[in-house]
Amino acid sequence: MRYFQSIVVGGGLAGLRAAIELNRNNVPVAVMTRVHPVRSHSGAAQGGVNAALGNHERGVYDSVEKHAFDTVKGSDYLADQDAVSRMCGDAPERIYEMEHWGCPFSRTPEGKIAQRPFGGAGFPRTCYAGDKTGMVMLHTLYEQVVRFEQASERNEMTVLDEWVVTHLITDGGVCRGVVALDLRTGAAEAFISEAVIFGTGGSGRVYRNSTNALISTAHGVAVPYWAGVPLKDMEFVQFHPTTLVGTNILMTEGCRGEGGYLLNKAGERFMAFYEDSKKAMEVAPRDITARNIMREIAAGRGFENSYVHLDIRHLGEQKIAKKLPGIRDICVGFLGIDPVRDPIPVQPGQHYSMGGVDTATDGSTVMKGLYAAGECACVSVHGANRLGGNSLLDTVVFGAISGKAAGEYIAGLASSGPNAKLADDALRKAKAEIDAVISLEGAESISRVREDLAALMTEKVGVFREREGLSAALDGVKALKARFSKAGFGGPRGLKYNFQVLNYYETRANLDVAEAIVAGALAREESRGSHSRTDFPFRDDGRFLKHTMAHFAPDGPRLDYEPVTLGKWEPKERKY
Amino acid sequence: MSKVTFNVFRFDPETDAGPRYQRYEIEQAPGLTVLGGLLEIQAKTDPSLAFRSACRAAVCGSCAMHINGQYRLACEMQTEMLGATVTVRPLGHLSVIKDLVVEMKPFWDRYKEIKPYLMPGDNPPEKEFIQSCDDREKLDGGIDCILCSCCYNSCPVVGTDPAYVGPAAALKADRFLRDSRDRAREERLLLTGGDHGVWRCHTVFSCQEVCPKDLNPTGAIADLKLGAIKAKLGLRS
Ligand SMILES: Cc1cc2nc3c(=O)[nH]c(=O)nc-3n(C[C@H](O)[C@H](O)[C@H](O)COP(=O)(O)OP(=O)(O)OC[C@H]3O[C@@H](n4cnc5c(N)ncnc54)[C@H](O)[C@@H]3O)c2cc1C
Ligand code: SF4
Ligand code: SF4
Ligand code: FES
Repeated sequence: MRYFQSIVVGGGLAGLRAAIELNRNNVPVAVMTRVHPVRSHSGAAQGGVNAALGNHERGVYDSVEKHAFDTVKGSDYLADQDAVSRMCGDAPERIYEMEHWGCPFSRTPEGKIAQRPFGGAGFPRTCYAGDKTGMVMLHTLYEQVVRFEQASERNEMTVLDEWVVTHLITDGGVCRGVVALDLRTGAAEAFISEAVIFGTGGSGRVYRNSTNALISTAHGVAVPYWAGVPLKDMEFVQFHPTTLVGTNILMTEGCRGEGGYLLNKAGERFMAFYEDSKKAMEVAPRDITARNIMREIAAGRGFENSYVHLDIRHLGEQKIAKKLPGIRDICVGFLGIDPVRDPIPVQPGQHYSMGGVDTATDGSTVMKGLYAAGECACVSVHGANRLGGNSLLDTVVFGAISGKAAGEYIAGLASSGPNAKLADDALRKAKAEIDAVISLEGAESISRVREDLAALMTEKVGVFREREGLSAALDGVKALKARFSKAGFGGPRGLKYNFQVLNYYETRANLDVAEAIVAGALAREESRGSHSRTDFPFRDDGRFLKHTMAHFAPDGPRLDYEPVTLGKWEPKERKY
Repeated sequence: MSKVTFNVFRFDPETDAGPRYQRYEIEQAPGLTVLGGLLEIQAKTDPSLAFRSACRAAVCGSCAMHINGQYRLACEMQTEMLGATVTVRPLGHLSVIKDLVVEMKPFWDRYKEIKPYLMPGDNPPEKEFIQSCDDREKLDGGIDCILCSCCYNSCPVVGTDPAYVGPAAALKADRFLRDSRDRAREERLLLTGGDHGVWRCHTVFSCQEVCPKDLNPTGAIADLKLGAIKAKLGLRS
């Protein structure tokens, strides 16, 4: 058994920010992460992070309240307005703090943090560092973690990388730690702590065509889900309109923010053909843009029936080199085209999980001692559709908030400390489970089930949905679960860097979370934000202005609903 | 369909007498990367094969390895450009844990030794530090490093002196030295100028040639040397 007063699971932006907050409040913390922190998916974020700083010449009248309104409207009124106000209110402080920690934001001519326009925002409020915002933010937070590590005298800040958390340890319904696998040795170990914060990121790899890293599986949300914590609004999955054909690597919204065009095969700026995008054109919100690209392709005006062009040639080589250098590198490296000379072939792809572990505004879950923040959590600030630049913000704001809340929770505990019996019991159970996995003798391949599920989700639970397809998808997931139960381990029995054990857990997680996504989508007979039902084309506030809660059960999720917290803004039709 | 042969370094120092290369044949496909090939082998033919990857988009720095004679990122290397055989082995200056997975600790230790964080002194302003566009531009390059360690593993000095600061840590130190917000110039020059510091660099440019992000660690080292000389002569930066 090992003991840390607090444990953060995940070394991305949310996890690192939570760890820093705990440590700042004198709570010793261990960060446990599947990959070294700087390898986390946060590093892939390109476009930027929102805060109403008013640094842009067209942004002087921007305010926290306008940021909050844009977020609520963008969410198609499904976001909880108290949480949104909190996020937008804390935004300037969190961004200035990142800057003070060394984050190299791009600058305005006056030397302030530069901001660019982003879809769905009334003012240019997206702070950026070229097109590598996520990477420099992640590196900055890791640098601060190293600073805390060097300042700590008795391991008050410990990073345990290449550890995969597989189970929660609970005592009378209270979270008391985790069981984790050390990838390096393959051995499982029990960790006791007073509070655990999950910052395990999104579940993009439930889908085949996804912008997410290969490690962004549903495992991070499944661990709390399996332990009885509900998942909220899982049917809301954001599809990014512009991902590179073939690899689905993201072509940032910044490409359009900087003035890029979307063109059909006749070379027309087709966003003008659609009522909901003819005004905003290319900078319409993501859900609208993704749908109109799909409509254009369906109408036979796409290329090879599968993509359209993103054209940034007119921005000129200089501007592209300065503002979108990463985009140019990706196009050259992965597709062999140079966007200075050629239009970029793009199609919509899975991008962001709006849903996640159900949390209150302070990051706490229904399980005492368990917190969640960042993309794995659903507070909910993104509702039915997240605005670009709001999720990096979500990670640092709610990372800090949950770190603070967990610290206060620990301070208020009457008794605490290591608990060997609890640890031994949990470890024994986990080890028995892993032994059983390794001795699976069935004929089915785990990897094949995983691939078939991803294909099914991309085909049937994508941008447009309807009852028949969703029912087929639900049957499909159940059939895959049946196949999975007949899987054979087929891998090496040695445990050191045995990725097959991980593959088993991730596949099981993808199956169970996919089922929650499909069940939620089938039950939600309306169109709202990213959830677009062709058989129910309108939003239905009477029946569905509510959050879907999925509770785990082995034979499929049990759904119930919770009210949305409204406030200043009554739901209105969402027009741009 | 044509095939491509993967010739992959296999070794578990705890159980194997010595390393060997194992051959796998897979279908060539347009756009197939070295990482894509390794993933396919792991998923379909040999789940025991160990290697690291995460982003598959050349941003996370996980998948650096030696591919057909050069350190590169497996995820951005198209197999079509490598010919009929792809030979992969692990990073050279770090010890093998299993197959292509190496012990990264020495690399991270060098990174940590240079104090890789902004030291702006006390009392930050209420809003942001003001930094001119020109000053911000000085950070380009230094902030683009993905810490993949290709440069570190190609550096001949690291090979003979594992305590040598190395190109990646030097680049990071220089990034802070150049930052108009930083107030730790002297300390940074001391940290990088010791017995195992930048003066050991032979300026053979291996690091610069190999960097998948086209960065310039050699230039950073020159900058740190120049800074140290100026400091000695009592000149201001
Ligand atoms: C290509 C791309 C571009 C984006 N661009 C933007 C943008 O411009 N602006 C914006 O606001 N948002 C953007 N986003 C979204 C944003 O980047 C993410 O939502 C955010 O970074 C998620 O951060 P996180 O800390 O929650 O999770 P992550 O960064 O994904 O970190 C998750 C961490 O959890 C660990 N982990 C997971 N499961 C386990 C486990 N079981 N045990 C141990 N560790 C585990 C992983 O190792 C990792 O360290 C983008 C997303 C993508 C895909
Ligand atoms: S230039 Fe210096 S740091 Fe770079 S590889 Fe050569 S000796 Fe190493
Ligand atoms: S300088 Fe280049 S080669 Fe070296 S770690 Fe950074 S990105 Fe990799
Ligand atoms: S997998 Fe991230 S750099 Fe190759």
